[in-house]
Amino acid sequence: MDQFLQLTVAGLGTGMIYALAAVGFVVIYKASDVINFAQGDLLLFGTYLVFFFLVQVGLPWTAGVLLTMLVAAAIGLAVERTVLRPLIGEPIISMIMVTIGLSSVLRAVVHGIWGPQPRTFPPFLPEGQVMLGSAVVSADRLVAIPLALALLGGLALFFRHTRSGIAMRAIADDQQAALSMGISIPRVFATAWALAAVTAAIGGIMLGNIVGVTPNVAQIGLRVFPVVILGGLDSIRGAVIGGAIIGLLEFYAGGYIGHGLNLIVPYVVLIVVLMVRPYGLFGREIIERV
Amino acid sequence: MRLGLFMGALVVFPFLASPYWLNLANQIAIATIGALGLNILVGYTGQVSLGQGAFMAVGAYTSALLTLRLGLPWGVSIVAACFATAAVGVFFGLPSLRLKGLYLAISTLAAQEIVEWIVTHWTALTGGVEAVVVPAPRLFGQRLNTDFGFYWLGIVLAGATALFTANLFRSRIGRSFVAVRDQDIAASVIGVNVFGTKLLAFATSSFFVGLAGALTAYYRNIISWERFTFETSILYLAMIIVGGLGTIRGSLFGAALITLLPAMIGRVGQELQGSAPAIAALLPSVQQAVFGIVIILFLVFEPEGLSKLWRNVKDYFYVWPFAYRRGEGR
Repeated sequence: MDQFLQLTVAGLGTGMIYALAAVGFVVIYKASDVINFAQGDLLLFGTYLVFFFLVQVGLPWTAGVLLTMLVAAAIGLAVERTVLRPLIGEPIISMIMVTIGLSSVLRAVVHGIWGPQPRTFPPFLPEGQVMLGSAVVSADRLVAIPLALALLGGLALFFRHTRSGIAMRAIADDQQAALSMGISIPRVFATAWALAAVTAAIGGIMLGNIVGVTPNVAQIGLRVFPVVILGGLDSIRGAVIGGAIIGLLEFYAGGYIGHGLNLIVPYVVLIVVLMVRPYGLFGREIIERV
Repeated sequence: MRLGLFMGALVVFPFLASPYWLNLANQIAIATIGALGLNILVGYTGQVSLGQGAFMAVGAYTSALLTLRLGLPWGVSIVAACFATAAVGVFFGLPSLRLKGLYLAISTLAAQEIVEWIVTHWTALTGGVEAVVVPAPRLFGQRLNTDFGFYWLGIVLAGATALFTANLFRSRIGRSFVAVRDQDIAASVIGVNVFGTKLLAFATSSFFVGLAGALTAYYRNIISWERFTFETSILYLAMIIVGGLGTIRGSLFGAALITLLPAMIGRVGQELQGSAPAIAALLPSVQQAVFGIVIILFLVFEPEGLSKLWRNVKDYFYVWPFAYRRGEGR
């Protein structure tokens, strides 16, 4: 029972970070039909940016986190304008490869500036262990769960109630109709990338806090795929629930079975979901049968 | 005539080149085979695959283990490896029954991760994360895994692969691949069995990818899973993007460029090692950044890749000194 509780907290904590990465992915996919292989590298950038502002510049963490989010947004905008916009309407393979190229560049920049050695920054999530009943769980993950949920909730409100949020949903629903209603598609795409970069940066900050500042943070980029496929590629709710499920499965598989099974379970789930229900739990059923 | 010159250059090359360049030439030969294989699937049939690394791993491990454990001669084990990879390719091509485009790409990504996991965790068979030492292949008493010896094997097989691919797309089967890429519904209306064609494309493609993997094993003597990761898949996709999707010349160009680029940057770095060690230390980052930038630049400015550039240059000289273009819309 104790182990179950520990694994659950750890799994949910990791799952929420997956969700933060996945939400950025979903926002971009919803708005512009681009699948972003550079999502993990945006996370990586967030981790290192906050390390830069907190440790190398020495800002207090509120200012550091805010600045990180600003810079991340700027990067998102720059990427959309320079790389993605010329490719609007190109085939899928071009979209995949351009984000892969982007991921390579982003990673190289991080390596070039900060080098491969792991770093740490002063934690702002509480440290140490917390007793939950008789189970010992790490405090940072326990705090990460409500924090991420609050952020994701905020994002949901943004989509429901703000002008640009509604514009984004309109574009996702029907580009032609949205265009004729006077919505600027390039602006919405740019907003989507900025938003994705910011959520990724927040995920990166939390991940940096939990696992440390290392280049390995970028590996989460591929973990996003099982999450978004399970949840449905165009569903934010799906990203959250998918993230939770994949995080939990990973930790249960690793904790109860072992053999490195936690590495592979998400991909097995991915294959099964693709075969049985390709649009995921909450995605729209517009899959074209061949 | 030009082909003759090219062949002549290929024959003379190993006698003149240093081992460094021979090594690069061999890498390009292997990469060309792999890129041709991938191009059959991605460029000609339009099925995006992110599992190239996994398929190469299947080829490499099958051939290595057949020689090592069962003592089969290397020629036999290479052929067996090709067929084994084709079978695995068909298996992971099965999702294409229901999926296409993006979803299929993601399912091949899962294939990549699953095969990688099997290789690293089925220790009894593959040696896990340990490297496998492959016995040297011999022909007429000569060791073939030297730079010089392997060169001949490499270019003969690369040439044969190119020839086969070129002829494949002159045949009914090859044309049906292209039909499926261009418009799958129209293809099925004119009597192409879409699903069967896709599976056949997966099989043909994987066959050559497996060949590239098996050759890697024999050339390197040592194989380990790190050579066949997702990065490898990306590398090969970059080759066919940069070279030109759905062209044979492009596969060669792309393989050469993507192989030579990091090697050349590495050389510059060695020169700088003495004078500017700070810059030399940045080298791995520079290599990675250049790799990414090359992909992005090609996609944005010349999506048809090097083979299109080649044609432009040729057309330019063909009509020189007049400005009009030959063969518009070709």
